[in-house]
Amino acid sequence: MIGRLDTVDMMVNMGPQHPSTHGVFRMVLTVDGERIVAAEPVIGYLHRGVEKLCENLTYRQIVPLFDRMDYLADYNNELGLALALEKLMGIQPPRRAEFIRVILCELTRITSHMMFYGSFGSDAGVTTPFIYAFRQREEVQQVLESVSGVRMMPNYIRVGGLREDVPADFSERLSKLLPKLRQGIEECDDLLTRNEIMLARSAGLAAISGKEAIAYGLSGPNLRASGVAEDIRRTQPYSIYPELEFDVPLGQNGDIWDRYCIRLEEMRQSVKIVEQCLEKMPDGPTMAEMPKALRPPPGEVYVCAENPRGDFGVYLVSQGGDKPYRLKVRAPSFCNLMVLERLLKGCYVADCVLVLGSLDIVLGEVDR
Amino acid sequence: MNWVVELVLRVVAVLAFLVLTVLFLIWLERKVLGRIQMRMGPMRTAPYGVLQPVADALKLMTKEGLRPQGADTWVYHLGPVVAVLPALLVWVTIPFTGSLVVQDMRLGAFYIVAVSGVSVVGMVMAGWSSNNKYALLGAARSAAQMISYELPLVLALLGVVMLAQSLSLGDIVAQQSPWPYLLLQPLGFALFLVAGLAELARNPFDIYHADTEIVGGPFVEYSGIRWALFFMAEYVNLFAICALASLLFLGGWKGPLLPPILWFLVKTYAFVFFIIWLRAALPRLRIDQLMTLAWRYLVPLAFANILLNAFYLYFELPAWTLSLASLALLGVAVVPLYRHWSGRAVVKARLADRVGMSKAESQA
Repeated sequence: MIGRLDTVDMMVNMGPQHPSTHGVFRMVLTVDGERIVAAEPVIGYLHRGVEKLCENLTYRQIVPLFDRMDYLADYNNELGLALALEKLMGIQPPRRAEFIRVILCELTRITSHMMFYGSFGSDAGVTTPFIYAFRQREEVQQVLESVSGVRMMPNYIRVGGLREDVPADFSERLSKLLPKLRQGIEECDDLLTRNEIMLARSAGLAAISGKEAIAYGLSGPNLRASGVAEDIRRTQPYSIYPELEFDVPLGQNGDIWDRYCIRLEEMRQSVKIVEQCLEKMPDGPTMAEMPKALRPPPGEVYVCAENPRGDFGVYLVSQGGDKPYRLKVRAPSFCNLMVLERLLKGCYVADCVLVLGSLDIVLGEVDR
Repeated sequence: MNWVVELVLRVVAVLAFLVLTVLFLIWLERKVLGRIQMRMGPMRTAPYGVLQPVADALKLMTKEGLRPQGADTWVYHLGPVVAVLPALLVWVTIPFTGSLVVQDMRLGAFYIVAVSGVSVVGMVMAGWSSNNKYALLGAARSAAQMISYELPLVLALLGVVMLAQSLSLGDIVAQQSPWPYLLLQPLGFALFLVAGLAELARNPFDIYHADTEIVGGPFVEYSGIRWALFFMAEYVNLFAICALASLLFLGGWKGPLLPPILWFLVKTYAFVFFIIWLRAALPRLRIDQLMTLAWRYLVPLAFANILLNAFYLYFELPAWTLSLASLALLGVAVVPLYRHWSGRAVVKARLADRVGMSKAESQA
């Protein structure tokens, strides 16, 4: 008579140097065979102390630091900072600048989601979507490059407007790009969304209900995948978003597959937004009348904006000088990561990468 | 004495052919994969990068062979050898044409099955001795996967053996006239292909490699020539399974006009291309889904296939009845499998995709 074999759970360390942890992220998994019993995320490998650094820099010097947080959504970060300061100082940026800001942010959303799409495919074990996504991403990236001159860390959106006006052929290039982009998104959709194995791997897995998602502080596509209609662009509108027509895609089950679909649909909506902006974009200046040195009045302000990864919040305390007293950032990736432990429990080892990928984190922002 | 010389020559010729084939397969895979992904693939080493695999091989040979601390030295060093030997030994009895074969055995099919079964031991040795948890997970996966899929693979092969009344591959090919066994055994062919893919650990079954989770599985700690041996074993196995598929189901070297050896290569490379294509197109299954597929679907189907063949042979029915019955069974098998994997999800897709994407109320 052989009794039940005594087995010991095994600790498996993943990261910080692992091909699919999406940066220097570390997971300590406790596995029982192939099942994950417990998962402990370990962060901090990319911590640069951005928030503290900001306290010693003038407001204009802070912008490049914001680029380096969520480096896949640099324009959106810059916008968040600009919004906070403009609110505190009571500055109204020119209308043309507002339109260009929204265009750039939505284009960045597309590039960011394309990145998600590509790496999602890789996480699931197929490399082709990555290349297809990057072809699309490259085209958008080139337009962004023509605007700011760089591919990353543009330092383009400033307090009170923009660094400079967009190049003369901007609208033309963009209107040529958009139909191609639309087609490219459909191509990506066809390539992966309804693949049987993809569905088998992702549908119904690591699901989280809307209520729980709110409790965990999820935001952005991850929250909307659970069916919660919360999009900062709609619920706490900023810039010119109230004037624009777009849908907020919602999922139903909050599983991996929903999180993936939401992002595909958001890309379509972003294209729609950019089209509208191009149509309505007025001529005019791109920078408001600004004082030489930025000295916001004493006080505090909290502004949030919808980043590709979710609710990007900037909490700014000013004591009247040219440097912030405290600058706190609510990084959506960081908050979204909190749910990982709960999602991973009971999954297979093979799923953990997919679950992590579906949350779409950027380590630059998690650690700041 | 003469026959010894001849045998040695044959063995050397096959080995040389296999080494060249492995180099060519690596190049082909990178090129085809590149083209499917809108890239060029290797282009720098010689025209169209044909020398890329040679450069890779040279690099691997000059690399330092590391051994992790705490590794079981003997087992660690033996692992690649145990993995690569069966892959090569199989080729003793795989015929290229009727006469181009090292030694056609009367028990050829049995020999192949028996020898190739050993290679899993090499994987497990490699994974166990590396003293690495990823490698251990990979080894466990490879053992589970290869042992599970050997069953349907062998049973599908058994169907062909029943029809040919012989275990010799030469006889099996000779029996396939005028029609190849693909027409008689569509179900057996499908089973062989799926099980073969899993046996090779190619997409969508590359579960014990799983670069994104366990970063290469059992081989994670190997470098240099030892790693190259594993790599070589994989490609030789790939070519062997493709060759077997063409021999068992497509009539091997038989065909009009072209010389026999060319027919053999054309058919085999068709399978090779198909497998590379799958790699570009399909994500990876999970280990539990893989096991479900094997034990719940493939194994019973393989037994059903054998039963069909037995009925056909016992009652001496006309050939078309077997074709039809086999095809019908394949259809019956595929539909519930499809449901099992994506039925609910497909409904969900219809609900959530586009149509159900509801518009959030604007509070602005």
